[in-house]
This record gives sequence, C-alpha cells and structure tokens, in this order.
Amino acid sequence: MGELRAYAALFGGRLRSATAYRTSFAVEMVTNAAGTLIDVVTVFVLYRAAASVGGFTLDEALMMTGITAFAFVLADLTVGNIDQLETYVRTGRLDAVLVRPLAVLPQLILADLPLRKLMRLAVGTGVLGLALARNDVDWTPARALLLVTAPISGAVFFGAIFVLSAASAFWWIDSGKLGHGFTYGGRDFTSYPITVYGSWFRTLFAYGLGFGFVSYQPALTLLGRADPLGLPSWAGYLSPLIALVVSAIAAVVWRLGVRHYRSTGS
Amino acid sequence: MIEMRELRKTFTVRVKAGRLRREKREVAAVDGVSLSIARGEMVGYIGPNGAGKSTTLKMLTGVLSPTSGEVSVSGLRPVPQRTRLALRIGVVFGQRSQLWWDLPLGESFRLLRYVYRVPAAEHEARLRRCRQLLDLDAFLDTPVRQLSLGQRMRGELTAALLHGPEVLFLDEPTIGLDVVSKQAVRSFLGELGRTGDVTLVLTTHDLADIERLCRRLVVIDHGHVVHDGTIEQLHARYGSRRRLVADLDVPLPPGFTLPGATMTSTEADGHRVTFTLESIAAGAAVAALVTAAQVRDLSVVEPEIEDVVARLYTDVSGAP
Repeated sequence: MGELRAYAALFGGRLRSATAYRTSFAVEMVTNAAGTLIDVVTVFVLYRAAASVGGFTLDEALMMTGITAFAFVLADLTVGNIDQLETYVRTGRLDAVLVRPLAVLPQLILADLPLRKLMRLAVGTGVLGLALARNDVDWTPARALLLVTAPISGAVFFGAIFVLSAASAFWWIDSGKLGHGFTYGGRDFTSYPITVYGSWFRTLFAYGLGFGFVSYQPALTLLGRADPLGLPSWAGYLSPLIALVVSAIAAVVWRLGVRHYRSTGS
Repeated sequence: MIEMRELRKTFTVRVKAGRLRREKREVAAVDGVSLSIARGEMVGYIGPNGAGKSTTLKMLTGVLSPTSGEVSVSGLRPVPQRTRLALRIGVVFGQRSQLWWDLPLGESFRLLRYVYRVPAAEHEARLRRCRQLLDLDAFLDTPVRQLSLGQRMRGELTAALLHGPEVLFLDEPTIGLDVVSKQAVRSFLGELGRTGDVTLVLTTHDLADIERLCRRLVVIDHGHVVHDGTIEQLHARYGSRRRLVADLDVPLPPGFTLPGATMTSTEADGHRVTFTLESIAAGAAVAALVTAAQVRDLSVVEPEIEDVVARLYTDVSGAP
C-alpha cells in the first residue's frame, strides 16, 4: 500500500516535471502524434501498391497492423523510455535510483514516462478501430475476449522486449541501436502478415522469438481464417502465454543486469 | 552498525594487447577491507583518487555487489536486502542528485515523504529542523536546476535525512563548495553527530572536514586500509611533530643545539630558524630558546594533517 503511494508520488512528480515547460510539452505532443501518423500512413501506402499482401486482402492485413499499432503504442508509452537506461548506466546516475527503497524498473519507468507520446494511443486505437470496421468479424464470446487480450498481451510482450533490449546496457554500454532492432523492428515485423517474410527469417522471429503470436495468429482467429502456415486456430489465443514467458525472461535478465551494474567512478 | 570482513570488489577491464587482441584483466578496486563501525561513530574515509573509497561506499549502500567477503549495514545485507536497507540509511553522493531537477526544492521533499513512507508529523519535524539549520527557506520554492551548488548540496543533505536514517553515507559532500557553504555543511553535520543517534561515514578530499567532524580516520590506498585510528594516532605513527619557528634579532651562534629538537631550516641569513620538536615539550623549548638567543617573535606550528596524509599516500604507493 505504502509502495503504491510511493509510485503514485513518482508519477505525480513526473507529471509536474513534464508540464513545467508547457509550450514545449504541447509541441512535442503534437509532433509525436504526427510522427506516429506517418508510420501508419507508410503501411497504407504499401498496401495501396499491392492488390494483396502475402495472400491476404488489404483489409485482413489491416487487422494485424491494428493489433500491433495499439499494442506497440501502449508499450512504448508506458515502458518505451526504458531505453534511457543506457544513459543511467553510462553516467552512473543509476546509483541514485539504487539507494531508494523501491524497485529499480518501476522507478525508471515512472521517472521518464514519455507523456508526450500520449496522443499516439489515439492513433493506435484509431487503426485498430478501422481494422475492425473494415472486416466482417463473426463475433463469438471467445473472439470478443480475444479482442481484449490480444492487444493487451501484445503490449506486455513489446514491453518485455523493451526491457530486455534496454537491459543489454548493463553489459554493453553502447547497445541502444541493437535493441531498436528488436523493438521497432519487431513492430514493423508484426505490422504485416508474416507470410510475406522469407522462410528462415520468419521462423526465427515469428516462432523462435514469439513475434508471430502478437498480431498474426490472433488476427487469423478473429477473422476466422485458417493459417496458411499450418498452425491451428487456437494458436491465436496463445499470446497471453507467450507474453508471460517473455516477461519472465525479461524479469530474470533485468535482475541479473542490476547485479552486474558496475557504476562509475565519482 | 557496519561490518565489513575481507570485502573485495574486482572489475574486469579489457586492455589493448596488440592491434586487435584485447586482454581481460582483473583489477581490485577494494582488496580485502575489514572494518567495524559502531553506532554513533563518525568516520572519515579518505584516500587518493581511485583508492576504492566510492566503491566501498557503493557496496555498503547496495549499489554494487561485492566480489567476495561479507558486509552488513544495520544488520542487513546491502544487495539482497537493498530496499529494506534504503529505508534505514541516508545517502548523499555529491555528484548524483536525489532531487527532482525541474521541480521546486520543497516539492522534492514532499515527494520523498511518500517514497520513504514517512508519517506526516515526523516528516514535518525533521524538515523544520533542516530548514533552520541549513537555512533553506530562501530557496525552497526555487526549481532545483536553478539552485547554486551550495544550495543544492544543502537540499541533498535534507533529502537524505527526512526519513530519519540510522546511518548516513556522504560521498564528497563538500566538493566544489565555497567556504561559507562548506562551513554550513560541516557545522550541520557536527550538530547531527553530537546527538549520537546517527552513524556517519564520510569520504572526502578536504581534510578539514575530517578534522572538524571525525574522531576516527580510515585511510585507504590501492584497495587496502593503511590506517585506522584517530588523527592523533596518525600523527604519532607517522612521526608528525610540532615545529617551533623563531624570528631572531641576532643569528644563533654556530653549533647551537636545542636538546630534544632538531633545527630543520634557517632562513633570512639565520634570522628565522625552525626547530622540529622531538622529545621536548613546546614550553620547555620556548624557554630554552629565549634564554639562549634574542628572540623577536615565536610561534608553535601544529602538524598539518595534509602533510601526513600526503606522506602516507606516497609511502604506500611507493611500496610494492
């Protein structure tokens, strides 16, 4: 209980710090939303250039884009700024975080919460809404549940990927751009039907690292389509499980990383 | 309150060996430190740059895990019990702020009350005391980023004390401060030490901090403790002597000796002489000199802790 109050206080502090410079905050918020909009438009432009994408109609493919858009935006808004860890490690500022009576990860998340990305959530929700409007989903209770669990699990999954790639900074200080390959690269991978990718690459990312279960499999189940790659339709419901597994791995790696932290001379 | 047994911390560094090859080498920053610090003690922890002071402090506060050895603070093991320990200790790392950069100083204190879960009345009482002793009122509403270094350091000290810690760790609390701010910080810490409730460990390069505050002095070099005792013991061990400096109307006759003292320098054609007192009391030396020569002016110079410590560092560094 006391700890929740503590985190709430950190959130309040972040809120007031962010709004300390009102104008710049407002400008950042708008440019950020515009940036996300451009990301989405890129996908649409690509879809317009082709009649179908990897054996799916454009509207069907949009379902995958929508789930990913919402999931990624939510993860990016909440834990995306964990990639700042690199700076904390390099400058030794993590020392000040470690001497507080709270867990390191939530402290860092709350200290750097990128509130300027708030508008992106609207864009993400919009894309998902559009995908639902353009497809004739045969609603069942199970599919309704899936519509809630898939984007949320996707967000948890991406959040864990953010944490994992940020945690690499505990071992290699200059790992920032490498991590982006998995976070932003993962978003791009899951924005399209995975049938468009080459075989070994697809196997590695979709099944090996679990990205296939973020949007591709749930979208198939929502649309009632059989998987051309052969997985059964219940594979669409696996995303919470996959998210849980990746989160557990991320938690373990994070703890190891904190123990491995070397600080800097002062 | 604090126990360290054979505490070691080694870092792996990669050293260039040839054009592409890099060799891994183990470097011990802290190399077998054993210390025991009782409740209410004020300990100065000094050593040259890179001696292992900060590394020790970081192991005591749960920031770094020791490579080997044992450490306990306030009955807790710092790394595994980090968050519990954090509630009982206060930490000021001179270069790492605990304050919210963009918010007014007072706002940071308010947030810290929730972070450390301090009852409102206790928080209020401690803050009031700090405001008085550290003169905070003038800049309580100023955003931290606009504070001067001295003001910020007073803020950091307050931030470290608002939850009533049993142990206070200060890493270079007076570094970069002007004379007035240094005085303010020192007298505040002195006041804190007098109550005897708080155990204080202080690293510093400014030996005046130690002389003013700490009964006990621990000197560390190359990861080893090279001295642990009072300042007087340090002087005794390293043969620090008082000196007698005399200005004379007429130079001393050649061959003059002062029993129990050695003449260590003559200046101004013998009109100023310095004796280092070995086995003679200052009073007796003054009396002997006054009867033997025409003395215009006299002063007894206390040994400088800087000299002793400088000698200590070079001694140890010279040894294998």
